[in-house]
Amino acid sequence: MKPERSHNDIRIGFYVCHCGSNIAATVDCEAVAQAIARLPGVVVSRDYKYMCSDPGQELIQQDIREHGLNRVVVASCSPLLHEHTFRNACAAAGLNPFYFQMVNIREHDAWVHTDRAAATEKALALARAAVQRVRFHRALEPTRLNIRPEVLVIGGGIAGIHAALTLANGGKKVYLVEREPSIGGHMAQLDKTFPTLDCAACILTPKMSAVRAHPNITLWTYSEVVKVDGFVGNFTVTVKRKPRYVDEELCVGCQECVKACVFKEPKFPDEFNAGLGRRKPIYLPFPQAVPQVVLIDPDRCLRLKTGKCKQTCVEACADRQAIDFTQQEEQVQIQVGSIIVATGYKLFDATRIPQYGYGRYPNVFTSLELERMVNSSGPTGGEVLLRNGQPPRSVAFILCVGSRDLKTNRWCSRTCCMHSMKLAQLVREHTGADVTIFYLDIRAPGKGCEEFYDRSLQEGIQFVRGRVAEVTDWALSPEEEGKLVIRVEDTLAGFVRRIPVDMIVLAVGMEPQADAQELRRLLNLSCSTEGWFLERHPKLAPVATFTDGIFIAGCCQGPKDIPDSIAQAGAAAGEALALIDKGYIEQEPNTAYIEEADCSGCKSCIPLCPYNAILFDELKQKATIQAALCKGCGTCVAACPSGSIRQNLFEDEEIFSEIEGVLA
Amino acid sequence: MNSRQPHTDPNWQPRIVAFFCNWCTYTAADLAGVSRLKYAPNVRIIRLMCSGRVDPQFVLEAFARGADAVLIGGCHPGDCHYVEGNYKALRRFQMLRRLIKDMGIEEQRLRLEWISASEGERVRTVINEMVEQVRALGPLNLPGRFADWDREVAALEAHVHAGETAAQALEAEVVHAQA
Repeated sequence: MKPERSHNDIRIGFYVCHCGSNIAATVDCEAVAQAIARLPGVVVSRDYKYMCSDPGQELIQQDIREHGLNRVVVASCSPLLHEHTFRNACAAAGLNPFYFQMVNIREHDAWVHTDRAAATEKALALARAAVQRVRFHRALEPTRLNIRPEVLVIGGGIAGIHAALTLANGGKKVYLVEREPSIGGHMAQLDKTFPTLDCAACILTPKMSAVRAHPNITLWTYSEVVKVDGFVGNFTVTVKRKPRYVDEELCVGCQECVKACVFKEPKFPDEFNAGLGRRKPIYLPFPQAVPQVVLIDPDRCLRLKTGKCKQTCVEACADRQAIDFTQQEEQVQIQVGSIIVATGYKLFDATRIPQYGYGRYPNVFTSLELERMVNSSGPTGGEVLLRNGQPPRSVAFILCVGSRDLKTNRWCSRTCCMHSMKLAQLVREHTGADVTIFYLDIRAPGKGCEEFYDRSLQEGIQFVRGRVAEVTDWALSPEEEGKLVIRVEDTLAGFVRRIPVDMIVLAVGMEPQADAQELRRLLNLSCSTEGWFLERHPKLAPVATFTDGIFIAGCCQGPKDIPDSIAQAGAAAGEALALIDKGYIEQEPNTAYIEEADCSGCKSCIPLCPYNAILFDELKQKATIQAALCKGCGTCVAACPSGSIRQNLFEDEEIFSEIEGVLA
Repeated sequence: MNSRQPHTDPNWQPRIVAFFCNWCTYTAADLAGVSRLKYAPNVRIIRLMCSGRVDPQFVLEAFARGADAVLIGGCHPGDCHYVEGNYKALRRFQMLRRLIKDMGIEEQRLRLEWISASEGERVRTVINEMVEQVRALGPLNLPGRFADWDREVAALEAHVHAGETAAQALEAEVVHAQA
């Protein structure tokens, strides 16, 4: 690249900001301005109280016009804070904003040092580096990328549903991809929701139906995203559609086939009822399922397993002919501009804590199993029953199972305190049993939650503070016979107790989905060490990710309750809408490019690029960089043995001159 | 290294050049500032988008220009904004460490640290530690050593040249005498 101007033409304006007294208290700003004024090419060198203020910016603009400045350096705070402010000021005066360079003398100098002389010397060194560097700057244009208006939402739980509906109502085309045969997610399995005790189905099912009916939503259930190519504005996504063996267009959900199935009685554990209920090989996942389309379990269906069956289901379907045993897995490709990930969580596997006896003692349940039991359309028709069919007289809840535990998961799952209190109230309502909750701390920070806790106390629910050591059926006294005994140190009473109960409910925590890491790689996201998807900034960008155009919502980002999930889904949809409606995005032009003449075609750079932005032109025997894919890390630049890869804004000359400047 | 004498200048201060990635370590240094943590003023931070951009030549250039030590800061393994730029930085760091050792530069003068955006405290600890270590090592003074080497080479050249002239003169004398 040819320099835009010869060095003689370079006219630099240098400004050092006092930031009130934030900088000036530690750095002698006047001395810095005077010293910089003596450097070659510096036409104007000033210090000013607040450079970021309107008059400060006006000062720069005036100097650009009056002194014909073509480079601007401001020594003030971190470029992460105000770089765009000063770039815009330059642009407003007609100077290409990339002729600007910022020096961080507040966060990296004035605020971290006490010795005024040393801090001033450091400020001077940093300023000198910038003044030397800015000479090499070139006029750049931010690259513009067009954004496709379609959005993919991965995950059809409450977060995915809400995001899809928001976008669709905004007139955008949405693809909603759900792995299970119905949308609804974990919320569909809930009976009532805390702290209002309103029925989960009553608030969820209308939204589920709205998804099905919405002209802007393409709903693909029983489908998974298997491949994602491209970048913000233009992703190519491959979706795998698993065979249901029932034609979705033809099935009306009458379930005549289910009645007609050769299995007269439902025989197989039912996933929706957490294994407590039974279903047939052909089934509707649950009564309110969306879409209202049955499916056939190929591992259970005689026709699919053995080929030998009377196929009474086909007869029952009669003229509709919706059942199709020849269905195959399909792969569909779609083009979308942005993606919302709302893949949710998985429940902690309670067998991982063997001392609580889940799977060993029949009357130890998980909170989800109890949830299904209290539901009137659940496997027990809404009755809370022990495995022997009797109602329990005493029920204990053990909290923090797989949460806040160094042996399993360190994090708080946030909902289990409230969820258990809700179940405790329902159990009391349904059975009148004595209910004890074993807790570490009660966490009830949500709106109306503390009041709900108070109500639980008033309803006579007992609270014992302490982590339960063990659940055993080994009776030491007559009243413990035939019961499950909880051994716990009551940390408020200060002694170890044995408490016999009929039923134990484990409040299992939330964990990242088992395949979260695979999806992370598919989408080039980051995960926290625990495996939750990482947001771009915990406060300022809570639904954006480090990959432009991909947003996260709901529990895949971390445990949260329904209101928070919905709020986040709305935020993610809003961010996606803002992106789409602008029609394009501007990217920092810090991309790498290749000086073709110097490229030896060694291909060392190609495997280094995490974005596959570098292609090899077989014809020319040269590497080429697709600017739209390049994210500007500069790894290839540092690796190129012939020095033919260069990076805008971080050219070798620029960095060498900075090194020279700080050490001069 | 005959030019390396124990430093006697009482005013000598170590000079450390730091290359920090934009997303983690530079942000951590900003956080240290916002938290008003105090640390030694001997480090000059140069911002790059990723530790993967640190060309080994930058490190060598810094030493050659008079840095007493070089610090590279990147995101923790697995946290790189650019997926794996920090691993590339690690590879180059390993190579550089061997290289500078062969050049007679102590290994402690080059350091690579993973500091995430939330670890402002770590910035302070690392910088303070490094300044102390380098203070104990004394100045590296590569420019001074280059000057010494240049002088040595110049002296050698002059010596060889003088020898050649003398030989030529002798030869000319012999030829003259024979004639």
